[in-house]
Amino acid sequence: MQPAGIVWFAAHEARLAWRDWRLLSGRGRGMLVALALAFVLLHAIAGLIMHPAPDLAIHPTKDALVMIVSTLVLSWSLMLSQALELVTRAFYARGDLELILSSPVEVWRLFAVRIVAMAVTLATMSLAIAAPFIDVLAWRGGARWLALYPEVMALATFAVTVAIVAVVAMLRTFGPKRTRVIAQIASAFIAAIFVVILQIGAIRSLGVADRMRFLSSPSVQANLPDPENPVWGLGYAAMGYPVSLGILVGAAVLALLVVIAIYAPRFHRYVLAAGDIAHQRGARGGDGFGPASSPAQVLRRKEWALLRRDPWLVSQTLVQLLYLMPAGYALWRVFSVHIGAVAVVVVPVLVTVSGQFAGGLAWLAISGEDAPDLIGTAPVPASLVVRAKFEATVGGTLAVFAPFLLVLLTLAPRGALAATAGIVLAAGSATAIQYWYRLQATRGRIRRRQTASRLTTYTEAIVSMSWAGAAAIAVANIWLAFVPAIVALLVLAMARWLRPRI
Amino acid sequence: MTPAPPALETRALSKTFVRPAVDALNLLVHPGEFYILLGANGAGKTTTLRMIAGLLPPDSGDIFVHGTDARADPLGARRKMAWLSDEPMIYEKLSPLEYLDFVAGLWGVPRAVSRPQGAALLDMLGLAPYGRDRCESLSKGMRQKVALAGALVHDPKLIILDEPLTGLDAGSARVVKAALRDRLAEGAAVIMTTHILDVAERMADRIGVIDQGRLIAEGTMAELRRQANTGEASLEDVFLSLIAPQTPDA
Repeated sequence: MQPAGIVWFAAHEARLAWRDWRLLSGRGRGMLVALALAFVLLHAIAGLIMHPAPDLAIHPTKDALVMIVSTLVLSWSLMLSQALELVTRAFYARGDLELILSSPVEVWRLFAVRIVAMAVTLATMSLAIAAPFIDVLAWRGGARWLALYPEVMALATFAVTVAIVAVVAMLRTFGPKRTRVIAQIASAFIAAIFVVILQIGAIRSLGVADRMRFLSSPSVQANLPDPENPVWGLGYAAMGYPVSLGILVGAAVLALLVVIAIYAPRFHRYVLAAGDIAHQRGARGGDGFGPASSPAQVLRRKEWALLRRDPWLVSQTLVQLLYLMPAGYALWRVFSVHIGAVAVVVVPVLVTVSGQFAGGLAWLAISGEDAPDLIGTAPVPASLVVRAKFEATVGGTLAVFAPFLLVLLTLAPRGALAATAGIVLAAGSATAIQYWYRLQATRGRIRRRQTASRLTTYTEAIVSMSWAGAAAIAVANIWLAFVPAIVALLVLAMARWLRPRI
Repeated sequence: MTPAPPALETRALSKTFVRPAVDALNLLVHPGEFYILLGANGAGKTTTLRMIAGLLPPDSGDIFVHGTDARADPLGARRKMAWLSDEPMIYEKLSPLEYLDFVAGLWGVPRAVSRPQGAALLDMLGLAPYGRDRCESLSKGMRQKVALAGALVHDPKLIILDEPLTGLDAGSARVVKAALRDRLAEGAAVIMTTHILDVAERMADRIGVIDQGRLIAEGTMAELRRQANTGEASLEDVFLSLIAPQTPDA
């Protein structure tokens, strides 16, 4: 009997992927109805977003090429971020590796399949977002826009190949222990850059429907190459020009084959090296917490020590700070013009971001508690434990956002006051939601927390935005701020009412 | 002079999930006694211990820890006991010394007492060189010993152990057993489950055998042999004989 070949491995991987998908999405008619509804809804949203554009027909003008290429490059940064995630996860998940390595198969076949699977996964994820926009473009501007389908797939393939090369380079340079953290931070940063550029675009195009409209300004246009320049190849490929599209797709396939040829035979070595980190001597901790006056204090210190030493949280904190850059930019830009605008732009951003940040912190402190039995058997009332976790979360959030609040205080004291109140309320609400919907999990699962419970994710987002609105309005009119504040309280009350009874 | 209350007493303790997991269980463990609870998988051992530790509310029955009603005064009962399961409950990002500080803080042990106590425990368990390393870099056996040090650092009067020797090598298991004997000598009581019958036979003062949530036999090794009518058989033979389905008389 022949050992397993590429087709066998591909079928095996496809079966596992399909079961994962069925597990996540449910099954039966309900899933089909949900998919159909999502399809219609996403197309409607794409139609609405693109509605203001008067002409979507294909015209390879410099203006159009700039817009298309910058959108594609920006989207590729998001793909690269996702690809880094996928590749890092593949390197650090041992899963069935020992079984396969101990079997009489050539392991490069499995890893060739897994590399292709990563490209397919990323292409599918990217198309799930891009497809409605491509369809609307094709409907309103002509079928040649459908070339964006193979283009997105090619870009996703490129992203995976670049991510594999990058992660391997990191493994060689920094070693397996540091690579995971560095790759996660890099992934988060790249994703943040996407959002930051979009926000800055929105701020620069204030008052104009198109976020990228500033790219059409004569000063930007004058400094860019002519439409005939090969730099615009991505744009021509998107418009369905066969040579550009052929080169792009061919280059992507070639890059994938080269990466498979080079890395598939060595992939298992990297995975094994990454798996060995458990046996390496770890980072140093401390020699104690110092004198504590009460169990509540020791609980808070423990939470803060764990949060400080959590690589995911460190990367997320850095990213949150990146997200605040546009707010800082807006602060600087609008301050000189009109002081009132500070509140409109900065306060809601600070409050919304703090709510999201606190949600992650609260998840780690509550659901990600590593020793629930220890806490459960300690002679400490449950209410004290919950209060300590609240304090740790809200205090930690305030500490991260304090520098921004201090700057705001010097520019717009009333705005700073409103933002501080908003941050405390948003962080407290996020912690309450996490407490009501707590579900014991290992801290490593934080990366999946948003997909694990859509209800808490949406509730957190709505409540954060409501507090953000209230804080922004409160700068100008304290009474009007009660409207979004009441919305936040109502959503919180509903979340509390719907909470699972544990 | 009133006699010292039992270290642990359960009266008609019951818990039902789909079917009864623990059924009107009466246990009595005295201070300084090493009591081992034996049973097949799913017999109700862990459920019993989790109810005693306050991690699972009983459906009915009473639990007294050194005379404190654990259902009426759970914090009072928890102050006197420690719980340790086969899955070490520690924080990966903390060092063993920080972990011991944390546990001591939860139990309100003064730092002047807990620091030397913690250092001595780590030393005894062979963990002193790793005191400042993060727990994530320790092996499973070492983590289990850190968790045991945490359970002992606040000087509990009742130590509840659910399969504490799982995954420990022979040397580590010996160290753990020695640590427990020291505590027994100081008057603490231990109630423990294990599937390692050899350990049970050598360490237990008394053994309780539980089957389908009910205590079907209890006593010293000699008493169990008499109950099982197995002569000088090993605990393994006694245990298997006790839990074997009763065949009706022909």
